[in-house]
Amino acid sequence: MKETPLSNCERRFLLRAIEEKKRLDGRQTYDYRNIRISFGTDYGCCIVELGKTRVLGQVSCELVSPKLNRATEGILFFNLELSQMAAPAFEPGRQSDLLVKLNRLLERCLRNSKCIDTESLCVVAGEKVWQIRVDLHLLNHDGNIIDAASIAAIVALCHFRRPDVSVQGEEVTLYTPEERDPVPLSIHHMPICISFAFFQQGTYLLVDPNEREERVMDGLLVIAMNKHREICTIQSSGGIMLLKDQVLRCSKIAGVKVAEITELIQKALENDQKVRKEGGKFGFAESIANQRITAFKMEKASVDTSNIEEKAEEIIAEAEPPPEVVSKPVLWTPGTAQIGDGIENSWGGLEDSEKEEEEGGIDEAVILDDTKMDTGGVSDTGNQGAPIVLSDSEEEEMIILEPDKTPKKIRAQTTSAKEKAPSRSQVKRRRKKRTAN
Amino acid sequence: MAGLELLSDQGYRIDGRRAGELRKIQARMGVFAQADGSAYIEQGNTKALAVVYGPHEIRGSRSRALPDRALVNCQYSSATFSTGERKRRPHGDRKSCEMGLQLRQTFEAAILTQLHPRSQIDIYVQVLQADGGTYAACVNAATLAVMDAGIPMRDFVCACSAGFVDGTALADLSHVEEAAGGPQLALALLPASGQIALLEMDSRLHEDHLEQVLEAAAQAARDVHTLLDRVVRQHVQEATVLLGD
Repeated sequence: MKETPLSNCERRFLLRAIEEKKRLDGRQTYDYRNIRISFGTDYGCCIVELGKTRVLGQVSCELVSPKLNRATEGILFFNLELSQMAAPAFEPGRQSDLLVKLNRLLERCLRNSKCIDTESLCVVAGEKVWQIRVDLHLLNHDGNIIDAASIAAIVALCHFRRPDVSVQGEEVTLYTPEERDPVPLSIHHMPICISFAFFQQGTYLLVDPNEREERVMDGLLVIAMNKHREICTIQSSGGIMLLKDQVLRCSKIAGVKVAEITELIQKALENDQKVRKEGGKFGFAESIANQRITAFKMEKASVDTSNIEEKAEEIIAEAEPPPEVVSKPVLWTPGTAQIGDGIENSWGGLEDSEKEEEEGGIDEAVILDDTKMDTGGVSDTGNQGAPIVLSDSEEEEMIILEPDKTPKKIRAQTTSAKEKAPSRSQVKRRRKKRTAN
Repeated sequence: MAGLELLSDQGYRIDGRRAGELRKIQARMGVFAQADGSAYIEQGNTKALAVVYGPHEIRGSRSRALPDRALVNCQYSSATFSTGERKRRPHGDRKSCEMGLQLRQTFEAAILTQLHPRSQIDIYVQVLQADGGTYAACVNAATLAVMDAGIPMRDFVCACSAGFVDGTALADLSHVEEAAGGPQLALALLPASGQIALLEMDSRLHEDHLEQVLEAAAQAARDVHTLLDRVVRQHVQEATVLLGD
């Protein structure tokens, strides 16, 4: 599905608001949205929610033979997928530019910065090493995918435990989780990406843009840092022209933000560790909030109907007589239809004899009616030409008593099924004689 | 490669350069006759070729046409023999796609696209030998090619890479220095205004050293600009001489 374009007034509104230092969700220029980290039951699985943007990260490992030119190092593999449920514009095969950009940025941020000690992943030099695979799936897109994805990746890696291995001479023993506790990966530092969105040719700057702000931004600068204030990656994208002092200022802001986020991650990891140790419940099911209304169903309240007749008579006696309501059926001449509430169709003013056809009549023209009403109520305009007359039945008219409700085409095809038809509420509207059945 | 000294005590690098010194740059414009613009550049041992077609009508889907600007389409390809080990996929892999996207971003900012609405400018870059600083060589070659094609630009786009070793910033890294794993920064600059068109950095660098490395890269880019400017003027002079004016 193609992305719905942003209207000009919405764009202007957003830009004006940014000029006045206001953001739509009430944040300050340098504020992040709420970050929520929840873990799954297995080690290495986590969901990170940055506002409404949601990324799922999963780490898995496998013993493989190493690359030829790096015989003593393990292999790291990162993959980010933009799931179709994240946004209607994401379709398989249509998102390649964004996907390439995000994947390369993640790869450079996590692999080139050497956050994981790959030498420790070596089991037998030249023969067996661990291949660690990090899969990230974007579940909901509300802006700033890269930040959420980088947090999810590093949290999943910190949470993951690989099976324990021992090497005795030539023998390699791989222990199952039941035999020996799995071992965490050795992680040197935690690089986290911070995104800065630029507006109006670099005059205004926002941290953590949400989806609307991303649509109107000029460009993006991503700085990945760890809590020791080491910059792991910088990437500018989107065609903005930056000045050197802008970049330096952004790196200072990033330092502050990274410290906060790292603290949050540490706390979440510790909490999860504690819960697991104490034997409490953990996993995604526990972390989904219970108080959220996802479906609304009212319990049927019991009504006391013991003296309902007396009450009804009282009400009727007190009420005023209803005004005279004469229903005015709207007659369509054959071959015409009317959509909407415009002026009345004046084509059929010459034929008054059609009014009698409401009463009596035979039901044998079921097939005829099908062809006449073969399209839905709104698309009847296709029948503008000669009407399809198959028989001289009096039931040629389709008299719509309530023109605002479109009759559906769910009719029983045969006459024998007309016993079922009266139970359908739509048919009652179409045929007065049918309800008599 | 343990024990490889990237910067000696006297301040010399592996290939004998000083910290802020660039490699030898040689460039030629108008290499191909049938393309609208073309250029070839050698930065040390890195050799890159750029070809520009345009502005011409949008090929393929008309729906991609922008009503007020030209579309810039960049493709990056590195030859299979360009690196030490033979590469399997010259184009279509993620790194080449990313490089193409970055080139596009750089040139969309520099080319005056408003002068050619509803048209397309194609920039194709081919790396013949990769010895470090491939992005920089591609950008420099593409700048010359765009100028050769006569497409108006805001300014030259000059790029250079920079690194950081032992407290000193190095300019214009070679492959050996890149492979050593230290921080590397690639910068594309419009020299007159000092605006940065693209900034990309890998590997860990402490925030306090960022300014130093940025400055080294910017200075190197300005030096590249001096050289490219000379190349363009010489080419124009040769062309006018041949035309007999």
